[in-house]
Amino acid sequence: MTAAAPLDTAGPAAPPRSNGELVFAEPWESRAFGLAVTLYDAGAFEWEQFQAALVAQIAAWERAHPSGERFSYYRCWLGALESVLVDAGMVGPTDITDLAAVLAARPPGHDHA
Amino acid sequence: MSETTPVDRLPIELRTEALEQLLTERGLVDPSVMDKFIQTYETSVGPMNGAKVIAKAWTDPEYRERLLANGTAAIAELGFKGPQGEHIVVVENTPQRHNVIVCTLCSCYPWPVLGLPPSWYKDPAYRARVVREPRVVLAEMGLELPPETEIVVRDSSSEVRWLVLPERPAGTEDLSEEDLAGLITRDAMVGVAKVAAL
Repeated sequence: MTAAAPLDTAGPAAPPRSNGELVFAEPWESRAFGLAVTLYDAGAFEWEQFQAALVAQIAAWERAHPSGERFSYYRCWLGALESVLVDAGMVGPTDITDLAAVLAARPPGHDHA
Repeated sequence: MSETTPVDRLPIELRTEALEQLLTERGLVDPSVMDKFIQTYETSVGPMNGAKVIAKAWTDPEYRERLLANGTAAIAELGFKGPQGEHIVVVENTPQRHNVIVCTLCSCYPWPVLGLPPSWYKDPAYRARVVREPRVVLAEMGLELPPETEIVVRDSSSEVRWLVLPERPAGTEDLSEEDLAGLITRDAMVGVAKVAAL
């Protein structure tokens, strides 16, 4: 039950006391953010569509998630973006997983930090 | 990382990279445009924009009226607009009434004046608890309000994005608009803090 969870005061969700907080915790988060904003700006979808998908992703995570798993906002964000793009036919339902598997199979040393 | 990595264990950064590659190949995303957007939100769009708006409202009564009457339009006067900048409604904090902002369903937030929301704003704990027990949550975040101050929780959505006009602290009568802007924090404009005179 996430509603009873205490406010995190030490981890990455800790309430900061000033304006100074990194906007993105990891590079992939900024890419996921940038993709959605760029596509929206290019007219690929209405913001309301994306937002409804984001609300649905967050609600689904809150309803059922592996115990102990931390909430990841940008994981929901990416899931929402994927669902909007698949619904619009811009990417096929298995395209992303297929290509991610290919990328995962790159030889060691190809990894980028 | 081997070729046998199960699909559901694929790291999220690889999914993101795959999506970016697909969209770029299909001509749907221009990476240089995207880099520009990311850089803009990392560096130039942030709470300093909102601080300028609030400082102007503190020093210019006519602007203050326009801001409270039509947030989006008054904010656009200073050149701040863009996604999530529509339907901004500004509410004033007073000793009698304290407004605090949340988005219970996702993360609606006035990007042009505050930048992207901090992680605690998006966290399930804040989103659920500030509605149920705002006084307790605010105290945990370092803001103890007197019992006689009414607390109003403002739930943002795509129809209304709230922005708090904080109280101008005592002892700042001689400060310039620019110096005032330097005092105003993101947290004060969300309503989880007050502006201190320093």
